[in-house]
Amino acid sequence: MRQDKSFEFARTLLSIAISLALAFAIIALSSKEPLAALRYFIIGPLDSASHIGNIIEMAIPLVFTGLYYSILFKSNLFNLGAEGLFFSSGLLSGMLGATTYMPPGLHPFVLILAGGLLGALLGLIPCAINYKWGASTLVVSLMMNSILYGICMFLLNNKFRDVSSYTIVTEPFQATAKLARIIPGTRVHAGAIIAIACCVFLYLFLNRTKWGYELRMLGSNKHFAEYSGMGVASIMFLAHAISGALAGIGGSVEVLGMYSKFQWTSLPGYGLDGALIALLAKSNPAVVPFAALFIAYIRNGADMMARLSDVPAEMVALVQAAIILLISSQALLKGLRERSLLSKLKGENANA
Amino acid sequence: MEPLLEARNISKVYPNGMAANRSVNFSLQKGEIHALAGENGAGKSTLMKILFGMEKPSEGELRLNGAPFSPSSPQDAISKGLGMVHQHFMLVPSFTIAQNVILGAAPRKGLSVDWKKAAQETADLSAKYNFSLDPNKRVEDLSVGMKQKVEIIKALYRGAKILILDEPTAVLTPQETAELFSQLFKLRESGITIVFISHKLKEVKAICNRITILRGGRNMGVFQVSDVSEQEISRLMVGRDVALKYDKDNIPPGDAILEINRLFLKNEDGKTKVSNVSLSVPGGRILGIAGVDGNGQNELARAVMGEIPIASGEIRICGKPATGKLQGVRQLETGYIPEDRMKQGTAGDASISDNLISIRLKSPEVCSKGILRKKKISALSESLVGLYRILCSSADQKVSMLSGGNMQKVVVARECSTSPKLLVADQPTRGVDVGSAELIHHKLLELRKNGTAILLVSADLNEVMELSDHLAIMFNGQISAYFEDPSQVSEEELGLYMLGLKKQEGIS
Repeated sequence: MRQDKSFEFARTLLSIAISLALAFAIIALSSKEPLAALRYFIIGPLDSASHIGNIIEMAIPLVFTGLYYSILFKSNLFNLGAEGLFFSSGLLSGMLGATTYMPPGLHPFVLILAGGLLGALLGLIPCAINYKWGASTLVVSLMMNSILYGICMFLLNNKFRDVSSYTIVTEPFQATAKLARIIPGTRVHAGAIIAIACCVFLYLFLNRTKWGYELRMLGSNKHFAEYSGMGVASIMFLAHAISGALAGIGGSVEVLGMYSKFQWTSLPGYGLDGALIALLAKSNPAVVPFAALFIAYIRNGADMMARLSDVPAEMVALVQAAIILLISSQALLKGLRERSLLSKLKGENANA
Repeated sequence: MEPLLEARNISKVYPNGMAANRSVNFSLQKGEIHALAGENGAGKSTLMKILFGMEKPSEGELRLNGAPFSPSSPQDAISKGLGMVHQHFMLVPSFTIAQNVILGAAPRKGLSVDWKKAAQETADLSAKYNFSLDPNKRVEDLSVGMKQKVEIIKALYRGAKILILDEPTAVLTPQETAELFSQLFKLRESGITIVFISHKLKEVKAICNRITILRGGRNMGVFQVSDVSEQEISRLMVGRDVALKYDKDNIPPGDAILEINRLFLKNEDGKTKVSNVSLSVPGGRILGIAGVDGNGQNELARAVMGEIPIASGEIRICGKPATGKLQGVRQLETGYIPEDRMKQGTAGDASISDNLISIRLKSPEVCSKGILRKKKISALSESLVGLYRILCSSADQKVSMLSGGNMQKVVVARECSTSPKLLVADQPTRGVDVGSAELIHHKLLELRKNGTAILLVSADLNEVMELSDHLAIMFNGQISAYFEDPSQVSEEELGLYMLGLKKQEGIS
């Protein structure tokens, strides 16, 4: 059992190492000054407090969408709706942040809660449609991304827009609504704490509560869950509500932590990144923050390299593709594993 | 004499760490019927899959006619003269027999298939071995025994010289088994070599020349069947003597727990699967339901558990009408050992411990206010693992790593340990080794002693005869016979009722 886990771990590390090696090879081939480019890529993101802060601040939204997919994957459900929920809840919190008055401390808390609630409600829609009419949650959730984006842009443009501004933004948030910076010299905000708290909560939820248990059993074998007398439909609704709430909280946290007014005019793309994070973390909430930090790290590195050397940032997309490919290929290291098991077996035989 | 097919030092480890074969040697002489016996998880299927090109050995070599042989796929193995009849038939139900036989190896006439030749060749093969199959009949209209013959013909059509039969008698009535045996002798006479995989030692004694016994992935020896007794074989298979008789405690029956009144069930297509069945099981009694697979027994069990809707009639559990929903029936203190442990009975990639608590979430010992009580759960799991002798490294091990017998013990442990009022056991020992089966039988008898009413559905005649207080036989959705005391009937007579050749008067 333990050996299995460490094998999985080794395989993930190897996948990452191979994809990084691939990245280096591409850099070496495409750059006139490969060593300098490599230095920007590898060391650049870590060379100052503010750069490290950049990694953390980029990781925060990735943690939330990573959790979104982790919960779905654990229940063997799948949809790609994080993007639309993230955006909608971000707008809701931004709009409320600009128009409501509350004491500091309480204000962002209420706004994030509202965002989470909206996310949960919207997250239930694909599930409900699937339950009632059997439509694929994947298709419905993908369509909902476009629909929610359209609705949000309409509301932003026609209802909540700051008329004094030339760009499409809400009015500035109240000072009390914003999430506090927690590390001086960086833009890392209190959202980092909320993200970690969510990871801990979900880990405990999955492993220590009845509902988390039911959710895992549903993910492992739906027929088994039914046979055991669990209400499978309600577990599915629960899984969608929780994941939706996480995406919603993520959107709100990102908006209140990073901006002083709501200014997104396109979907931010965190929704799809979340699936990558969940894949890297094997859907384990305790590992999600590390996966998010890793992705944020290579993105920041790529960004610095693109700005300071002659290698384009698109290269990172290549590295990511390689990681996904390698991690999802079950056959990697299979031969090695078989040999090690065989030799262990021989040892047992000799002792027997 | 040089062996026809030989496997030397075969080892196979699966990526999940399970060692299915450990340096196994196996050899086949031309023209013999060779039994391969062993408990579940002993590595029989794995060895055969390796011979048939479905798995690659981790170590060791195969030789066919003295030359190295490494089949890369079943197609490859078939082209070298191997044929395999799986436990679960691989036939297209809506095709005719001839179409199934030639599928993938069709005789051609120009661009199209030569149907006439196909039918002729199928008929010839069938006649040659006394199979009496009509090539133009659809497979969906055939009995299980006939389907099996189609599978055998299919292998012969592809030129099989070595025929591997994976537990061929598991689904057959005594009569069909006898027929199969006479055909196997005929095949042997015409030079076909047969590997006969079976748990049933009587059958092995009856038709096999030699026997190879596997245990825990190791070869325990190769014998001339005439030189070893059933007891010896059984001892080598399980490592101890197995009692084939059980003592039932003599307790008075309790109140009627399960009552079924004029029950009719239909499948999704509206076809009647169970008609006019009335049965009743009191506490402390086991009602056995025997019959050839597919005669409504499984539907009956599932209907009692609320898995399929009732068309008409009534099912009462402890006097309360069953709700027709599994969730509801579960709340009436019922236990349920489902027919398929992989599909329903377990969650494969969850731990043994997780699998053991799935029906106990309402118990305060396991879960209070929604929070799982980890310590109590692990204590409970450890004790069940011990009581039911589940072979594992710890209760945190994944269920999918267990062998079939141990997996079934997990299911039985979960369902029996809640001391249910009613237990529905659907094929509780199907595909389970002798040792595990014995343990499961003892647990069922223990429940009986404590007043549980048990509905036992089984295709294993020995099992139902030995365990049941009362026995009903189902044929074509109806009860064809009911015996207050099954010990008074012979297996042969039961076979007649199972095949619908006889029906008791005054029943339903």
